[in-house]
Amino acid sequence: MSMLRLLQFKRHSVLPGFGLTLGVTVLYLSLVVLIPLSALFLKTATITWSQFWSTVTDPRAIASYRLTFGTAFVGASVNAVFGFVVAWTLVRYRFPGRRILDAAVDLPFALPTAVSGIALTALYAKTGWIGHWFDARGIQTAFSPLGVAIAQTFIGLPFVVRTLQPAIQDLDAGMEEAAHTLGAGSFQTFRRVILPFLFPALLTGASMAFARALGEYGSVVFISGNMPMRTEISSLLIVAKLEQYDYAGATSIAIVLLLASFALMLSINLLQWWFTNAGDGR
Amino acid sequence: MEIANRMGNREPRWLRILLIAIAVLFLGVFLFLPLVTVFMEAFRKGAGAYFASFSDPAARAAILLTLISAGIAVPCNLVFGVAASWAIAKFEFKGKNILITLIDLPFAVSPVISGLIYVLLFGMQGWFGPWLAAHHLQIIFAVPGIVLATIFVTFPFVARELIPLMQAQDTDEEQAAISLGASGFQTFWRVTLPNVKWALLYGVILCNARAMGEYGAVSVVSGHIRGKTNTMPLHVEILYNEYNFVAAFSVASLLALLALATLAAKTVLERRVKAGSPGGHVAEEQLA
Repeated sequence: MSMLRLLQFKRHSVLPGFGLTLGVTVLYLSLVVLIPLSALFLKTATITWSQFWSTVTDPRAIASYRLTFGTAFVGASVNAVFGFVVAWTLVRYRFPGRRILDAAVDLPFALPTAVSGIALTALYAKTGWIGHWFDARGIQTAFSPLGVAIAQTFIGLPFVVRTLQPAIQDLDAGMEEAAHTLGAGSFQTFRRVILPFLFPALLTGASMAFARALGEYGSVVFISGNMPMRTEISSLLIVAKLEQYDYAGATSIAIVLLLASFALMLSINLLQWWFTNAGDGR
Repeated sequence: MEIANRMGNREPRWLRILLIAIAVLFLGVFLFLPLVTVFMEAFRKGAGAYFASFSDPAARAAILLTLISAGIAVPCNLVFGVAASWAIAKFEFKGKNILITLIDLPFAVSPVISGLIYVLLFGMQGWFGPWLAAHHLQIIFAVPGIVLATIFVTFPFVARELIPLMQAQDTDEEQAAISLGASGFQTFWRVTLPNVKWALLYGVILCNARAMGEYGAVSVVSGHIRGKTNTMPLHVEILYNEYNFVAAFSVASLLALLALATLAAKTVLERRVKAGSPGGHVAEEQLA
């Protein structure tokens, strides 16, 4: 295995167990993650290019990307705005219930996606507390693209808040002070000093929320209604193809989705690098 | 803390109140309402109907299967996480960063694809499908597939918590123990483990929450055979699709309670992890 050659022992240490622990790590990683994932790419090799291309550019597939990426973008944008307010409030102000709110931000991580899915659907369906209100105004929430965006907003929220919180904590009091002393108003200080400083963290958090929303399945499938061409997300299209035993088709769509999330992960890592190098070496 | 308060006072009072109101309203609508809905719907027809949902043998089988798959996945990933963090934190070797990136890989793979890869390997038309069929072994649409998919999606949790913490701690104490004649295992058990126990527990709790709650990956490999290959989230789905809402939300409420317990434990442990780590290491969130 070429991995082992990469992982050559460099420095001697008095501590024992290097061979054993590294061996267990590489073996388990290969068996559980690397070999299964490579099966996906090997499967692609059995599909001809024209077959792959016609699957991934099929109108139903294109409609699913448009929906998934579009609503994920809406969700990430909503989270960027409200997540910012939430993070700012939680870090900078003291008010009753702050600790509970802070802990609750992680709820979308902790709540199983199927549970959030049915809860959101019950809430936003025509008979639900919120859906009822929208329905009276002629807006359909559940079983429409808006419903997909709502679910994707729900699961993306913690990413923005948790990425912004440490950055807001790091805001240099002196910097703000200086801006004020020089006569900048609150809004100017915010726009010229605070926002540029927090921007990398905001963008990182929003990208993470976007990436998570792209692949999200459980919380979306219940509220979306799953109508092909209209409210069918890409993950669901993979499942639909699998249910028809169209392994090649499912794999093709999966590759598109996987490459998109790898590209995003790479950009997030670059962003984080920028982030850590932008704020005075921290 | 004090600086935060002082700086907070710079914004006019009305603006602070407005921002707090927006934050509370947003979290209220987006987080609390869905959570409250789960319990409201579960108790819609009273406590009797709620508890009756759990006497259904299919519900019990689903709870049991969830416990079994988490009971296998969590210990596997715990052993792996400890081994990986020992190798990565205590030794220097080439390719370490690649290894750390690869460990995080499952977080970047969407749940449905995590299930799909096992179907491609072990499904009827998969690479090992014919061989498995010839030996009357079934992985996909059976319990082993569910366990494998669960292991995959919860793979990085423990390692991710332990690696940064153990890297931040130096190896002086371990080296002293070894030079005094302790065995490698004794050193780990008596010296390393007490230093990382809270982070370890934190990782295990997050790993367990995800293992019990995973839906997408498991739904692809399960086949949805009632009473046999349904975990709790899949059972919730089936009940919901049958318009049996009270039962669906009753089972869902158990998962919601698990989520609340996880959040509570997380909040407590986060403080311990922060307090017990050198240089004020901040436990990283489970991101991407």
